[in-house]
Order: sequence, then structure tokens, then C-alpha cells
Amino acid sequence: MTPRRPLPAALAAAALVAALLFALPLAGLVARAPWPRLGAELARAEVRDALLLSLRCSLGAALLSLVLGLPLALWLAEGTSRLRALVRVLVTLPMVLPPVVGGVALLLAFGRQGLVGAPLAHAFGGALPFTTAGVVVAEAYVAMPFFVLTLEAGLRALDPRYAQAAASLGARPWRVLRTVTLPLVAPSLVAGLVAAWARALGEFGATITFAGSLRGETRTLPLAVYAALETSPDAAIALSLVLVAVAALVLFLLRRQWFPGGAR
Amino acid sequence: MRRLATLLCATLFVGCGPSRPPRAALVFASASLGDAFEELAAEFARAHPGERVEVHAAGTPQLVLQLREGARADLFASADEASMERVVALGRAAEAPRAFATNRLALLVAAGNPEHVRGLSDLARADLRVLLCGPEVPAGRYARAALARADVVARSASDEPSVRAVVSKVALGEADVGVAYVTDARPELGLVELGAAENVVARYTLAVLDGGDAPATAADFRDFVVSERGREVLARHRFGGAP
Repeated sequence: MTPRRPLPAALAAAALVAALLFALPLAGLVARAPWPRLGAELARAEVRDALLLSLRCSLGAALLSLVLGLPLALWLAEGTSRLRALVRVLVTLPMVLPPVVGGVALLLAFGRQGLVGAPLAHAFGGALPFTTAGVVVAEAYVAMPFFVLTLEAGLRALDPRYAQAAASLGARPWRVLRTVTLPLVAPSLVAGLVAAWARALGEFGATITFAGSLRGETRTLPLAVYAALETSPDAAIALSLVLVAVAALVLFLLRRQWFPGGAR
Repeated sequence: MRRLATLLCATLFVGCGPSRPPRAALVFASASLGDAFEELAAEFARAHPGERVEVHAAGTPQLVLQLREGARADLFASADEASMERVVALGRAAEAPRAFATNRLALLVAAGNPEHVRGLSDLARADLRVLLCGPEVPAGRYARAALARADVVARSASDEPSVRAVVSKVALGEADVGVAYVTDARPELGLVELGAAENVVARYTLAVLDGGDAPATAADFRDFVVSERGREVLARHRFGGAP
């Protein structure tokens, strides 16, 4: 390890300000939390409804990401089409787009009067907005890119000779995928899945725009925080702490992926 | 180098000089007041050269929350008395709130009213997708009061965070009926008025706030809103006169 020199004082001060910018909001939350009543706040029926709904919807979005995102990541990493660059941009878009804009776009596509929503509503007699399924779609729209791009990076880093060797020994593509490629890429797959799940759990803008906010049906944890902020701030802070705890857990689980080299 | 210093000093002096426009008063207004207050602000600026107000219209609970957390607003105009009372209880009001307008609930529907909505009782129809504001929003509170009095059980598809959100969802065709105000009439939408017996009167109040940057301008704007000229603008936006 090379010896390190200390930062110039001005840079160190700026670095401290930056670190405080991230530390102080957490401190504020912890300082204002209704600690003695935390259990009671979290046991309230509307809080439990939001927790269970968030869990269901975020797991649904993660599952959707796995089922649809895995083939997409494979195609992006190993396909030969010229369209891949365009599709990659499309997949990345929800990561940089304001989620509210994503919600409006989802309405215009899958709403009752939407591009594909209108014929679907006509055929099946229902539409996604204001439904729990709509929450899953909104969350998947925002979260799946994290899975697809993480997995694609993992697939690209693989040595192609393993798969080639397996194929030359007579393994069919499905078998190569199942027994060679996926096991090798498992760390990226899990990391991408957890990242997508965490993003889905925290989703707010697209959800409230596309699915609305109804207790037990579409009011997930972040939406419940927003609804409770003015009327019952203690409940909002308690819910926020739950989300912070989940985020901390995710960071801990993914520490190898996101902090390679780790703390020295 | 000296020239640079002179230039810097000059810039500083210009910066502090009397020619600098006075700070705009920041007006927090309930979402339903948005359009009317934008127009009032424009007329106010014409009638009071050198004075300016900036209107921030949003869902009332959000405004109360921001005032609780110390937002530097100069005036608060609320769609209901309960929200104003909260702000008074927080110690933010610099004066006793004054009633300046009234409003009535109305049902927003698609243009031409294709579902033949007639009144509150239609909100119980299972074939309609109904949209209300949440109970923490004035429009949602008024709607629930009217429904309870008429003994109608309506199932809202969502508890929307502001009356603006209800209007836009009806405009997008995602809801069949939205409970909003008569002031939310739009040329591209249909509006079903409610009879006096099943309607409620929304009382709007305003008060100059403590802790703002331009209290004098805020007081002038408050006087302008309750003046003859201000009442005309509000009436054009279909608000009722102060009770």
C-alpha cells in the first residue's frame, strides 16, 4: 500500500461539509423519532397495511424484473442486433427520468385511455391505474433498469470461453445458460435483484401518479409517509425509520458489490 | 489590478443601491386558488409598481407542513378554516385570519357528461370510477362531509393529495367523476353543479404571516385581494363573496 498524504485543509473542510450533508438528515430523523412510542406507531393498522402492501408490491416488482429483465440482460450482453444500443438507452431512461414523468408516461401508455391501455381495458374490462397491479408495474418500470444493467455488466465481464467450452461439449443453449452462465454470474444477479427490490420499495413519484394512493391497495410505505407527514408526523417519522433500516440492511448485504476493496 | 478592485467596489455598491427591486412577497395558496391568485398577482403588480408577489399553490396539507417547518412565506391563503387554525396554532400568523371568498363543491366529468352524472348519489354507482382528495385535504374533507350528510357511500379509487391531481386524472380520462370545486371548471371538461341542499360551503381565509421577508408587500396584497378589484377577479374564477 502506498503511503497517503493528508488532504489540503480547504479540501478537507469541503469534504467534511459533504459528509455532513449526508449525515445530518439521518441525525434529524433519529433525533425527532418518537422512540418511546415507536412500537405503537408501527403497530397502527394503516402502518401495517402500508408495510404489507409495500412488501408484496416490491417483491412482485423484483420478480417481474427477474422474469423479464434476465432475458433482456442476456440479449443486451450477448445479442448481435444493432438495436441493442437504442434499447440500452430506453432501459436506462427510467433511472434518470423524474419518476413523476415516468408515472405520467405510464398513464398515457397503460391508462384507460392509453395507447395500449385502451384496447386492453376494452378486451379485459379493466385497467392498471389505481390497482395494486398498477403499483407493481410502476415499481418495475423504475426498478428493473437496476437489475438489467447490473446483470448485463456481470455478463460482459464473464470469460466467454466457459460457455464456448460447454457448447463444444454438446450442451444445448438452455443447458449452458443454466449450468454455466447463470452460476458464474450469480453475484451480479443477486446484487441487481436486491438493488431493484430496494428501489421498488422506495418508489414514490411514478406510483402516486400512476396508481394513486389508497390505503391497503396502492398506498405503499413512501406514499404513507407523504400522507401522514402533516396530520401525524410521528407515524411518518416511524415509517421513514423503517425505510432507513431497510436501506442500511441492503447496503450491508451488498457491501462486496458496491464497495469493492472495502474499508481499509 | 486597481481597476479590477474599482470594478468590484462598483458592483458591490450597485448591488446594495436603491435601484434593486424589493423582494417579492411569497404567497402560499391552497391548490384550488392557483389560477385566481396568479391573476391577482399579475394585477397587483400592475396596480402597485415596485411591489411583487410570488404565488406558490399546492395541496393545503403540504403548505401547512412547510409552514410548520419554517418556510419563509409572507401570506397564507387557505381553502378551509381547519388548516388556517393549524397555522395560527403554530404561531405563524401575524394577524387574525380574514374570510375573503367562498367556494362550492362540484362534480367534474368528461366533456358532455357521457355517464349521465346528476348528483352526489351517482358517486355510489359501481360502474363509475370516483376520485376524491384524501381526508387531510380541504376538498377531501368537504366532500366527505357532503357525502355523509347525503348518506351516500362512495368508494374513491384513490385519496389524491390535492384537488389539482383530481382534475388532471379526470382530464386524462382515468376517472369518471372527480369531486372538486365549481372553480375547477375547464373548457375541456364537464361540470355537474350540486344543489344547495347537498352542497357545502368552503370558507377561504387568509392571513399575513410572521417570519416572511416582505410583510409590507404581503399586507398590501391582502388588502388588494379583499378590495373591489380583487373580488372581481375572484368572482370571474367563480368564487363566491366572503360570508
